[in-house]
Amino acid sequence: MSSYAQKRGFLATLWDYLTTVDHKKIAVLYLVAGGFFFVLGGIEAILIRVQLAVPNNDFLSADMFNQVMTMHGTTMIFFAAMPLLFALMNAVLPLQIGARDVAFPFVNALGFWMFFFGGIFLNLSWFLGGAPDAGWTSYASLSLASEGKRIDFYTLGIQISGFGTLMAGINFLVTIINMRTTGMTFMRMPMFTWTTFVASALILFAFPPLTISIFFLIFDRLFGSQFFNVEMGGNTIIWEHLFWIFGHPEVYILVLPAFGIFSEVISIFSRKRLFGYASMVFATVLIGFLGFMVWAHHMFTTGLGPIANAIFAVATMAIAVPTGIKIFNWLLTMWGGSIKLTTPMLYALGFIPSFVIGGVTGIMNAASMADYQYHDTYFVVGHFHYTILGGVVFAILAGLHLYWPKMFGTMLNETLGKITFWLFFIGFHLTFFVQHFLGLMGMPRRTYTFLEGQGLETGNMVSSIGAAFMAVGAIVLVINIIITSVKNQKVGNDPWEDGRTLEWSVSSPPPHYNFKQLPLVRGIDAYWIEKMEGRKEMTPAEPLGDIHMPNSSFIPFMISFGLFVAAFGAMYRPDYSWGLPVLVGGLVITFGSMLIRSLKDDHGHYIKKEELMDDSDKGVQA
Amino acid sequence: MVKGQIETENRVQVQYRLERNKKDMRHQFISFLLMIFLTLVAFMAVGFGNFSAKFVIPFILVLASVQVGFQLYYFMHMSNKGHEVPALFMYSAVLVALVMIIAFITIIWI
Repeated sequence: MSSYAQKRGFLATLWDYLTTVDHKKIAVLYLVAGGFFFVLGGIEAILIRVQLAVPNNDFLSADMFNQVMTMHGTTMIFFAAMPLLFALMNAVLPLQIGARDVAFPFVNALGFWMFFFGGIFLNLSWFLGGAPDAGWTSYASLSLASEGKRIDFYTLGIQISGFGTLMAGINFLVTIINMRTTGMTFMRMPMFTWTTFVASALILFAFPPLTISIFFLIFDRLFGSQFFNVEMGGNTIIWEHLFWIFGHPEVYILVLPAFGIFSEVISIFSRKRLFGYASMVFATVLIGFLGFMVWAHHMFTTGLGPIANAIFAVATMAIAVPTGIKIFNWLLTMWGGSIKLTTPMLYALGFIPSFVIGGVTGIMNAASMADYQYHDTYFVVGHFHYTILGGVVFAILAGLHLYWPKMFGTMLNETLGKITFWLFFIGFHLTFFVQHFLGLMGMPRRTYTFLEGQGLETGNMVSSIGAAFMAVGAIVLVINIIITSVKNQKVGNDPWEDGRTLEWSVSSPPPHYNFKQLPLVRGIDAYWIEKMEGRKEMTPAEPLGDIHMPNSSFIPFMISFGLFVAAFGAMYRPDYSWGLPVLVGGLVITFGSMLIRSLKDDHGHYIKKEELMDDSDKGVQA
Repeated sequence: MVKGQIETENRVQVQYRLERNKKDMRHQFISFLLMIFLTLVAFMAVGFGNFSAKFVIPFILVLASVQVGFQLYYFMHMSNKGHEVPALFMYSAVLVALVMIIAFITIIWI
C-alpha cells in the first residue's frame, strides 16, 4: 500500500480512498477508522481505571466519569469492535468465496461512510457541551432526564452509523448467497464466511429494533412525542425491551465472526482440517437463532415475573450447548495436529480458557434468582469483558496478525506480536478476573468512586495495574505496525505457508480484480486440496476474459455527509432558528445525492483480456 | 446456460413446459378466486351479523395470513426451486417478530 501511495502523491491517494468502492480499500478504511475509535475507547478505559485505582479519588468528577464510562462502552461496541470486524470481513470474505468484490460495492462504501460520520458526530459531543452520560444502554427514563444535548449526540450518532451497519450486513448476506465461485457450496464455505453469514443475518434482524427504539428516543427528546414518558401514558420498559432485542443479538454479531477467525487460525496453525465442520456450522446457526430468544436475561430484575424469568433463563443456558460444541471442536482440531505457535495461534490458545470463563460466568448470570445478586455489580462487568475482550478483541488482534500480509503485503513482526500478546493476555486477566470478586463483594457497576475500608482497595488497584499492561501492549502493537510499514518487506501468496482457503491462493495484496480467472473449488479448504496434490495454483473455473469492475464514486461520502449535517439541524432545532434549515439542507444533500446516483448511468468499466495477459500475477497495479 | 437450453429444447421439453404453464395457470386462477372469496368473507364478518370485535379481529388476521400465503406461493412462485434461502429468511423473520409480539403483549408492564 505505502509504496503505491508514495508514487501517487498524498492528495491523489486521499481522493482514491474517499471515492473507492473496492472491498480491499474499504477494509483499510474500516481498519483505520475502527483503530482510531479503538484508541479513543482505550484512552477512556484508562481514565476509568485511573479514577478507580484508589478510593475517594477525584481525578474525574462524577459527571465526567459518567461521560467517560458511557463513551467507553458506546465507542468500543459500535465504533471499534464492529468496524474492526467489518475490516477483516471486507478484506477476506470476497477472497474466501472466490468473488471479485462484494455484491453491492457502492453500498459497501456507503455503509462505511455512514459508520464514520456517525462516530465523528458522537465524538464531537466532547467539544459541544459534554458527551452522553446515560450508559451505553441509555435506558429511557435516565436518558430522557439528561439535560443538554448529550443524549442527542448518542441517538443521532448511533442512528446514522446503525444505517451503515445494516447496509454492510445486507451486503455480506447477498454476497455470500449469490457470489460464490463454481464449486463453493454452502457446506464448503470457510468458517469465517459462515460466521459472517450468520452474523449478517443477525444484523438484518437485530438492527431494525434498534433503529425503531432510537427513533422513539429521538422523537421523545427532540420532537415532543411521549413514547417513554410514563406521566403521559408512555412506557419506559419498551426501551429496555427494544434495546436488548437488538443488544443481545449484537453480542453474537460481535462474537460469531470472532469464532470464525479462531476457527481459521486454529485450523491453519494445527495444519489440520477443522474438526467437526458440519457441527460447527450447525452450532453457529443455532447460536444465531437462540440469540433472539434470550434478550430479557438483561432485565431479570425489571419485574417481568417468575415465569418470564424462568423461560429466558433456560433459553440462555441452552446457548451454552452450541458454544460448548464449538469449544470442543477447536480442542479436537488441535488434538494430534502439528501446532505452530505463531502470534495468531497464541491469541487462539489464550482465547479458549478466557472465553470459557466468560461463558461460565454467563451461565451464573443466566440463573435468574442468582442474578438478583449479580445485577449491576462489577461481576457483570467482569463477565462481559471476558466474552468481548477475551473473545472479540483477541480475535481482532489474531485476525490482524493473520491477515496483515493479505491486506498490506507485509508480515507483522512475530517477536513484537508475541510481546503484545503476553502483555495483553496478562493485563486482561489482571484487570477483569478480580472484578468478579469486587462485584460479589458488592461494588456497584458504573460507580465513579468507592470508600476506604470496604475491602475494595486491593482489587481495584490490581485491576488498574492490569489496564496499564494492556495499554503497553497496545503501544507495542502500534510500534510493530510502524516498523513493519517502514520496512515493508513484500511477501508472497501464502506467507504463513499453511494457508488452506482461497484467500491464500492470490497475491498479497491481491490485484484489484482479485482473481484473474475465478477458481474452481473441489472441497473444503480448496487451496489446501490443490497444494496436497502438488499444484501451486487453483484450477480456473472460467476462460480468461474481460473483467467487469465498478467505478469509484464520491456519492457515498456525500449521502452520509448530508445525514451528518441534518443531525446537527435536528439536534439544535428546538433551541435555534437555524436548526430547521440545516436539517432540511442536510436531507437535501442526502436525497439529492441519491437522486444523482439514480439518474446518472454508471455501468462500471472493463479490464480488457489483453491487459490481464500482459500482467504477471505479482506486482499488478491496484 | 439458459441460452443453451432454449436452443437445444426439443418437442418433448416444449410440451412439458406448456403443460406445466397450464397447471400453474390453473393454480393461479383457483387461488385468485379463493382470495376474492376470503376477502368477501372478511367484509361479511364486519358488515353482516353481530359478531363481537374479539372474534372479528383475529378472524380477519387469520384470513389475511392465508392470503399472504397464497400471494407468496402461487403468485410470487415461492414454491418453485431456488427460493429456499428467501423462504428461510422470511420464516426466521416471522419467528423473531412473533417472539417480540408475544413478549410485548405479555410481559411489558407500566
